[in-house]
Amino acid sequence: MNKLKQIFASVAALTLMSGVAHAEYGLNMPVGVTETSRQVYDLHMLILWVCVAIGVVVFGAMIYSMVYHRKSQGAVASQFHESMTAELVWTVIPFIILVVMAIPATKVLIEMHDSSEADMTVKITGYQWKWHYEYIGEDLDFFSSLDAASNEARQVGSGIDPSTVADYLLNVDHPLVIPVGKKVRFLLTAEDVIHAWWVPDFGWKKDAIPGLINEAWVIVDEPGVYRGQCAELCGRDHGFMPIVVEVKSEADYATWLVAQKVAKQVAKLAAIEDLDPRELKRAGKKVYRANCIACHQKKGEGLPGVFPAINGSAVATGDINKHIDIVMNGKKGTTMAAYKDQLTDLELAAVVTYQRNSLGNKVGDAVQPAEIAALR
Amino acid sequence: MTTVTETHDDHHDHGPAKGLMRWVTTTNHKDIGTLYLIFALIMFMIGGAMAMVIRLELFQPGMQFIDPSFFNQMTTVHALVMIFGGVMPAFVGLANWMLPIMIGGPDMALPRMNNWSFWILPFAFAMLLGTFFMDGGAPASGWTIYPPLVLQGGNGFPFMIFAIHMMGISSVMGAINVIVTILNMRAPGMTLMKMPLFVWTWFITAYLLIAVMPVLAGGVTMLLTDKFYDTTFFNAAGGGDPVLFQHIFWFFGHPEVYILILPAFGVVSEIIPTFARKPLFGYSSMVYATSSIAFLSFIVWAHHMFTVGMPLQGELFFMYATMLIAVPTGVKVFNWVSTMWKGSMTFETPMLFAIGFVIMFTIGGFSGLMLAIAPADFQYHDTYFVVAHFHYVLVTGAIYAIMASAYYWLPKWTGNMYNERHGQIHFWISTVSVNVLFFPQHFLGLAGMPRRIPDYSIQFAEFNMWSSIGGFVFGLSQVFFCYIVYKTIKGGEKATDQVWEGANGLEWTLSSPPPYHSFTTAPVIK
Repeated sequence: MNKLKQIFASVAALTLMSGVAHAEYGLNMPVGVTETSRQVYDLHMLILWVCVAIGVVVFGAMIYSMVYHRKSQGAVASQFHESMTAELVWTVIPFIILVVMAIPATKVLIEMHDSSEADMTVKITGYQWKWHYEYIGEDLDFFSSLDAASNEARQVGSGIDPSTVADYLLNVDHPLVIPVGKKVRFLLTAEDVIHAWWVPDFGWKKDAIPGLINEAWVIVDEPGVYRGQCAELCGRDHGFMPIVVEVKSEADYATWLVAQKVAKQVAKLAAIEDLDPRELKRAGKKVYRANCIACHQKKGEGLPGVFPAINGSAVATGDINKHIDIVMNGKKGTTMAAYKDQLTDLELAAVVTYQRNSLGNKVGDAVQPAEIAALR
Repeated sequence: MTTVTETHDDHHDHGPAKGLMRWVTTTNHKDIGTLYLIFALIMFMIGGAMAMVIRLELFQPGMQFIDPSFFNQMTTVHALVMIFGGVMPAFVGLANWMLPIMIGGPDMALPRMNNWSFWILPFAFAMLLGTFFMDGGAPASGWTIYPPLVLQGGNGFPFMIFAIHMMGISSVMGAINVIVTILNMRAPGMTLMKMPLFVWTWFITAYLLIAVMPVLAGGVTMLLTDKFYDTTFFNAAGGGDPVLFQHIFWFFGHPEVYILILPAFGVVSEIIPTFARKPLFGYSSMVYATSSIAFLSFIVWAHHMFTVGMPLQGELFFMYATMLIAVPTGVKVFNWVSTMWKGSMTFETPMLFAIGFVIMFTIGGFSGLMLAIAPADFQYHDTYFVVAHFHYVLVTGAIYAIMASAYYWLPKWTGNMYNERHGQIHFWISTVSVNVLFFPQHFLGLAGMPRRIPDYSIQFAEFNMWSSIGGFVFGLSQVFFCYIVYKTIKGGEKATDQVWEGANGLEWTLSSPPPYHSFTTAPVIK
């Protein structure tokens, strides 16, 4: 009942607010920040106006006819039912319009396909449900998933008002960072199912397909933050794997790149020591919230029939090696992915320890990052 | 066969059998037509109820009611039910009722197969809808059932595949029946180029069905073996290709959209001349345009998958071929407008729905033309712009044509006039609400909202709320439609044989309702 009340309240609010300028919302395709996106926008507007013009003529004729050629106006029906000339005219003229449309469309398409002479390459891999970015030749790669605030607010019945969350559903923990004015080539693929990488301001989307590699490219003209989403249905959390691209000046990009590499070394060193199980559990909670909660749910209860529970499950309370194996290598034929390459040794150790000692389970054992490293 | 020497006269007119068994064992085209139409209406309401669940969850940002995986089940089964259970059986029902009458034949050519092709359907859909109660729930991969996603499905997966097989078998049998009936059962003098346009469009649709349903059957069978018998047709790791399925699916899927719309073209080409009191403009060019559309529909499939990364030449070919479809489709629209031109029009409910069809289908055609432009499609693809596009061509296109034919022929079928005032109210509420429902979705898509998502960022909130409100009103007005149909079956002002002042064609020479067996002696067409 509360939900219905909420809905009625928001209808009332909407009625009050219409008229008042509202938070920016788009009516049209964004012009975007690349040469490609501007060309696509121009094509879009051209075809739109062509359609509007044809619409005015056709609907105009229909409306005129409906007003003047009605029986109640005393109209008497003519009996003509054929005209070769008319048929020819409305076959040939649309054809010419189409040819005129096809020429610029072909030009743009050819340019979009030219991914040669790129300054740098980023490999994008789609996962259920996050993105992985690998800077080719830079020894840098990371996962990018929905930010914690949105993730908390979007749970069914969370009670959090999405409008209080900054960039609700369009924010990530680690955005992709690229330099301005450079030709960046993207290689797109996927780990599990088909995804599609789309930032509207760049002017295109492209499918990321497991086992295949697609190419695309971008030269962004203005520094800024650009947001998009996965555009190909990829399972339960398809709506919750946004894309954020931070475009930085060349100098800022270089600084960022160095900082990332240093941070990575520091993290590696930290993973070598043995950790207190309680600390592992604490770290594991974070990993669980970011990676497992979508299917196995907040309290590990799963979704009966769809996603198994962790709470009291045979795996999470049984042999720890089997547990580690399923987390690392996934389960074939199900949505359960292999997390071996998605998580670090520390994260894997932490999440397994957490699952065994929380979510209603009390096995009491733990696994150290070094043991995970040995299994790789 | 034994030689039977019967002496008594077995030729008094058979009425329908009594009771439930009449409907189970019937081979009468009118009974089977009625069964198909009622089945389609039930499926339309079930599919509509799923759409209501979708619009309820999308009413405002945030997840209020359902789990995202259930949301995906809703979008998937909504589409499957509406396409295979709503629109297709509705048109087969219309074909069953009207084709024999329109060509002056006594019945469909293959009446027992006719019975069978209907009675498969309730079982197919019981199975499809039954997947909701299975482990893992109903299929949640979208109606396009792309692998690898669809292969992650639960126990419902093989049942969905089997249901699709059964629907396909039913459709192919229905199509064979249509072709055989049209080729063999026409009254003397009813040459092909004298057939009513509804007959023509169904004739062409039937060939499309026979051509592509087996392709779908093959594709889904490959899914089945990939899942259960370790084949790797669609798995790159085993030498297969996930994109191959999309090619197979859309080789079926694009002709399929014309299967859904060509009979609608036919219906509208019957109704507009009746209420304009003027013959259809350009009959032969209508036939040729329909044939060209059917041919082109086989060579444009990959425009549904411009973003999968095809070579440039492929994208160019499919872009040009797709744009070409605008030409014959334009011819049809221009011909309808010319039919109205200088007519003497009245606007009873069937005419309102037919005009609504022409205008709103054309709007869907415009967005279709925009989608054909490959570089622009890279932006439109898989957004709400596409959702708006195909709902304009399917709801205000195919379903409006079905509504128009229901109002147009109900008096003939039942012998009773529907309540004209109710019909007009139904039309206007539907038309206003359907535009509130789908028009803002163009803006949502252009502004960047992907399709098939259960929740969205704040900037899309306003239009989604409008869209949901439109959806609820549209849904309710279809309940009103069911009421109108029910009242008309139960009673009402008696319809004349002619029903409509400007109506032409053999169906109007029969009584309203027509005798259980009509044209047992073929009429002669001059």
